[in-house]
Amino acid sequence: MAGEKKGLQLLDFWVSPFGQRCRIALSEKGLPYEYLEQDLGNKSELLLRSNPVHKKIPVLLHDGRPVCESLIIVQYIDEAFPGKDGKPALLPADPYARAQARFWADYVDKKLYDCGTRLWKLKGEAQQQARKEMLEILRTLDGALGDGKFFGGEAFGFADVAIAPFTAWFLTYERHGEFSVEEECPRLVAWAKRCGERESVAKNLTPPEKVYEFICGMKKRFGIE
Amino acid sequence: MSSSPAVKLIAFFGSPYAHRAEAALCLKGVPYELLLEDLLRTKSDLLLQHNPVHKKVPVLLHGDRTVCESLVIAEYVDEAFDGPPLLPTDPYDRAVARFWADFIENKLTKPFFMAHWVEGEAREGFEKEGLELLALLEAQLKGNKFFGGDRPGYLDIAASMLGPWRSVVEEVTGVTVAKEEEHPSLCQWARDYSSNEALRPCIPDRDRLLAYFTKNKEMYRAGVRAMLQQ
Repeated sequence: MAGEKKGLQLLDFWVSPFGQRCRIALSEKGLPYEYLEQDLGNKSELLLRSNPVHKKIPVLLHDGRPVCESLIIVQYIDEAFPGKDGKPALLPADPYARAQARFWADYVDKKLYDCGTRLWKLKGEAQQQARKEMLEILRTLDGALGDGKFFGGEAFGFADVAIAPFTAWFLTYERHGEFSVEEECPRLVAWAKRCGERESVAKNLTPPEKVYEFICGMKKRFGIE
Repeated sequence: MSSSPAVKLIAFFGSPYAHRAEAALCLKGVPYELLLEDLLRTKSDLLLQHNPVHKKVPVLLHGDRTVCESLVIAEYVDEAFDGPPLLPTDPYDRAVARFWADFIENKLTKPFFMAHWVEGEAREGFEKEGLELLALLEAQLKGNKFFGGDRPGYLDIAASMLGPWRSVVEEVTGVTVAKEEEHPSLCQWARDYSSNEALRPCIPDRDRLLAYFTKNKEMYRAGVRAMLQQ
C-alpha cells in the first residue's frame, strides 16, 4: 500500500486544472479530504510511491490506495461514493449521455492543454498556428454546448467538471493569442459564468489573473519573452 | 426479446482502433453491421457527418445515436447492452483498468511501435523505453490468461494492438521488440487473444493484415521519419 492513512487525500499542485477537476468532484459529492500540496521541483516520497508510472499529480489516495489520472479519479469518486446524502451523480445514468460526457472530456484532454501550452510558449508562425487551433477548439466546445445550460444538459456533470478548470486559463489564452473568448464563443463564456456560480467551482479555481502571473513566471524561468 | 435498434460500425480494415470497437461488440455478444471505409478514396459523407470533430474511425451507430473514440465506444457497449461485463464491477478495479488503458494509449503505444518502424540510431532509444513500459503492462496480467481474468475484458481490448498487429509489424519490419524469452506472458496473451472464441469474428485475417502493412510499409516509414523531425 502506498500510504496507510484512512480516508481521502489528494496530492495536487495549486494551479493545476487537472487537480482542480478532482477538487471540484470531491466538493460536488460533499466528500471531506486532506489536500496535500506537492513541490513538483522536488517530488515527495509519497508522490513517487503513489504514482511510480507517471510521477505526476493529481493522485487520489483512498485509505492509502492510489488512483491516478484526473478523469479516472473523477469517475472513481463518482462510482465509489454513489448518491451520498442525495448528492447527484457526476456521470448521468443513461449510457448514451455518459458516452457523450466521456467524449467531450476526452476531447479536452487531447486538445486543450497542449494547444494552450504552445500558445504561451511559442512565437511567430508556431504561435499563430497554436492560436488558430485554440480558436477552433473553443468554437468546437461552444458548438457542443449549444443552447444547453451545461455540457450534460440541465445538470452540471462529468464533462463540465472536466472542462471548467480551463476557464481560469481563458485570460492567459486571450492575452497570448490576442482574441476575446467572449466575442468568439459567447455561449462558452456564459457557461463558464454559470459554473463559477457553483461553490465547488468558485472555491477551487485559481483566479485568472493568478494563472496569468504563474505563466509569466514560467516564461521567465524558460527564458521566453 | 425486445427489438433493439440496429448497430452499425464505421471502420476500415486494418485499423486497430476500429478493432477495439468490434472486440467490445463481440465480447458483449451484440450483433452489428460493419460499414467499411475505403482508405484509398476520400472519407465517406457518412463518416464525416457522424464524426465531424475527429473525422476518424471507429464510429458506432446505434439507432439514431453516434458514439466516437474507441475506448468511449467500449464503455458505451458495456453499459448499453446486456451481456458479460467488460469492466470489473468494483470501483477501484475499474479505476485500475482505465489507468492501464490510458497508459497504453498515451505512454506505451508510440515508443513501442516506433521501436519497430524507426531505422538507425534513434531506434535504440525507443526500444529501451518501449521495453520498460511493456514490462509495466505485462505485470498487470498477474498470472492470468487475460488482463480481464479468465476471459478478455476492457483492458484486453485496449491492449489488442499488442496482439495481432504486433505480430504482423514484427514480420513486416523484421524487428522484434517483445521477445518470447523475455516476455513469455505477453506473447502467450497475444496468442490467447487472437484465438479466443468470442473474438473470432473480429480478429483480422493475418495474411490480409500482413499484405496491408507490407503494401503500406513505405508510407509508415515516411510518417515515422516526419514525426521524428518535429
